[in-house]
Amino acid sequence: MTEATIETLAAASPEACALRRRSISARLFSNWSVRISGLVLLVLVLMAIFAPWLGTLDPTAIDPSISNALPGTHADFTTLDGNVIPHWFLMGTDSLGRDIWSRTLYGGRVSIVVGLSVAVFAVTLGVALGLMAGYFKWLDSIVMRIMDGVMAIPGILLAVTLIALFGGTLTSVVIAIALPEVPRVARLVRSLVLSIREEPYVEAAVALATPTWKILVRHVLPNSFAPLIIQATYVCASSILVEAILSFLGIGLPADLPSWGNVMAEGRSQFNQFPHNVLFPGIFLALTVLAVNMLGDGLRDTLDPKFNKRGE
Amino acid sequence: MTTTPIMPRNEPVLAVNELTIPLPPRADRPYAVENASFQVDQGETVCLLGESGSGKSMIASAIMGLLPSGLRPSVGSIKLDGRELVGLGESALRGLRGLSMAMVFQEPMTALNPVVTCGEQIDEMLRQHVRMSADARFQAILPMMARVNLPDPERLYRSYPHQLSGGQRQRIVIAIALVLKPALLICDEPTTALDVTTQADVLKLIRELQAENGTAVLFITHDFGVVADIADRVVVLRLGHVVEAGRKEDVLRRPQHPYTRSLMAAVPTLNPKARPTRADAATLLSATDVSKSFVRGQWPARKTTVTAVKQVSLSVAVGETVGIVGESGSGKSTFARCVARLAEPSGGTIVVNSRNITYLKARQLVPVRHDVQVIFQDPYRSLNPRQTVGASIVEGPLNFGVSADIAWQRAEELMRLVRLQPDALRRYPNEFSGGQRQRIAIARALACQPRLIIADEPVSALDVSVQAQILQLLEDIQSQTGVGILFITHDLRVASQLCDRIVVMRNGQVVEQGTTLEVFGSPKEDYTRRLFAAAPGQGFAFGGDLPSENVEVVA
Repeated sequence: MTEATIETLAAASPEACALRRRSISARLFSNWSVRISGLVLLVLVLMAIFAPWLGTLDPTAIDPSISNALPGTHADFTTLDGNVIPHWFLMGTDSLGRDIWSRTLYGGRVSIVVGLSVAVFAVTLGVALGLMAGYFKWLDSIVMRIMDGVMAIPGILLAVTLIALFGGTLTSVVIAIALPEVPRVARLVRSLVLSIREEPYVEAAVALATPTWKILVRHVLPNSFAPLIIQATYVCASSILVEAILSFLGIGLPADLPSWGNVMAEGRSQFNQFPHNVLFPGIFLALTVLAVNMLGDGLRDTLDPKFNKRGE
Repeated sequence: MTTTPIMPRNEPVLAVNELTIPLPPRADRPYAVENASFQVDQGETVCLLGESGSGKSMIASAIMGLLPSGLRPSVGSIKLDGRELVGLGESALRGLRGLSMAMVFQEPMTALNPVVTCGEQIDEMLRQHVRMSADARFQAILPMMARVNLPDPERLYRSYPHQLSGGQRQRIVIAIALVLKPALLICDEPTTALDVTTQADVLKLIRELQAENGTAVLFITHDFGVVADIADRVVVLRLGHVVEAGRKEDVLRRPQHPYTRSLMAAVPTLNPKARPTRADAATLLSATDVSKSFVRGQWPARKTTVTAVKQVSLSVAVGETVGIVGESGSGKSTFARCVARLAEPSGGTIVVNSRNITYLKARQLVPVRHDVQVIFQDPYRSLNPRQTVGASIVEGPLNFGVSADIAWQRAEELMRLVRLQPDALRRYPNEFSGGQRQRIAIARALACQPRLIIADEPVSALDVSVQAQILQLLEDIQSQTGVGILFITHDLRVASQLCDRIVVMRNGQVVEQGTTLEVFGSPKEDYTRRLFAAAPGQGFAFGGDLPSENVEVVA
């Protein structure tokens, strides 16, 4: 039998295959939940970054003369130095006369920083532990029993204890929120590694005398990225919530650092008369968490092969 | 119950007429099936024969009304007992499934529900379609289970699928399909996942049941041997088109279409090819009394020891191909993994290149890995999907201290050797077909310039035409480099064409070994004889046995 016949019989050409499998970015962009949540998050992040130029005042500046102004009030804001700034209080002011709009935008910075750094911290530590536990059998039971132990402690309780021990700075809050998330990530990574390590391409790498660390970094880790990114978005969303809860309870970030939780905590006592103090940061918080979770769902639908067929 | 009475009829049970199923716009071709027509008469077996992507399973799904969402026939008709199925509603189709038409799937483990007993799964079919008391159903199921040759039906009625062997599971699936005596039985590669001896039994069973009930059977397969054993008529499909159809004797003895001929030429024959003898070649691998046992269960559960390989001895010389032939569970792959030191043997000695590698530690194994390389069965899983082809190929040489420039240069040469374009190095594995991927896997193994290649079922997952190319490639490489090949396979046809010597394994032990001509020509052991007798398609000519005028037309 000749080569020519064989070649024409062979399956579709590489070009055709490439056309059939659209690139990941194209698939991501065609997913509606990724589009919407991405847009919402982009707007929120831009608002946080460009907060100083979006008609805001110093979020910590107080002017008791205009305390508890209703949303939409036009008034003059007198700083402690005596400067008078005419200002439109889009979201009103709180009991100390601080501008809620400014505090919400600047608070977004804190929430986004906390969300991202907790996700990075928890995922990094979780991946390291999960890789070790999954690949080295002798380490498995040791690492995973410690993780089980951490998981047995309620997350908020652990966070409260850590903050009580190390004080309420941004770093300690991030660590306190991230630590309870580590076992969840570690468990996920371990289960991924357990299945990936049996894949023939990992065996092939062993047969090629590839050192173990290289196998982990080159072969195992890249193939667990998709579920890991999805898990990271959930960690991010929940950490933004937990930070707000801690601040709301008054045990999170220091009161002079505006975060959504802090702003809401201060509005709590007057909620019946002036609900805008709680409402506006609450809307931003809900919107952010919803968008991050939606992004996670969208990523899962596009990246996880089990969900790939849905909606096509 | 509206079972079909066995009486001769004029009209076919199934008539498929000019069936066309369009594919979504982004697919690699416009139609999954285009203008396909054929019919199946009562008591007749029609084989749909084709390679992967030929649309054969798509036709079966269309008949059963199980097409993936978004696909539906655009033109044509499917008539079952004179009743049009195209455009029929879901509830009407559900009424027909099981009662008038039934299906047997490829993988019995996934076709059965793992948490429901086998008996109940047969019972479900009866509960759905007929009014019978529980006792009457039970009394109807037991004879059915006995009829599909299941031992001890009462016990198996209460067993779960995982407690049964693969062949027994497939018999349960057949019992479910046939318990209501449907007019049409569709079998989608029902024996592909089974061992060759089990396959022979299952094929025989399908034939017997068909004769008893007068069932029309639509049998989907890629295997010419199975076609030769079971078909009355054959329909050959290629990329959604019917290229040839006719009686089995006509199609297999006097194929008309060049595609059918090229496929038949690609099927290896069972007659061993004469291979040059290498009397004085140096020994490359010598394994003596190699054993491997696994310890199951952790404290506090009781430990059990399972012995997968028992005292296997064999040797491979320079430039020689030794085939290990055996059914699933024979320990052939475990033995290969021990030789490649992907698993640690429990006993015996393995000497490669006069170095004892049996108990070397991971670091001491590095030079050994240079000499011994592995090609795996599934080309879709043996390449890291997140790494370019080039990165996979240079990985070995870089590990052995070859400079990056030289490694990439050699990778380009290897691409030409395995007949791929050098620019393939920059692409990712998912851009290649199964056969192309297996070439890449071969190139990766060769990049280390090994002396011994362990090929673990390297062509089992490939279509016959691609399989023929890969086997030819391995042979070419061997004649150029003198590499020794330890070839593990369950396929006697493949073994007969490639191997100098054959080792037959069963239950972890060597049953028989000798030169290919000896073992194929005059098998000494009873098991070997049974294994050969079970190979499908005997009495028909394939590959090198084909009359030469057939092959000439192809060229």
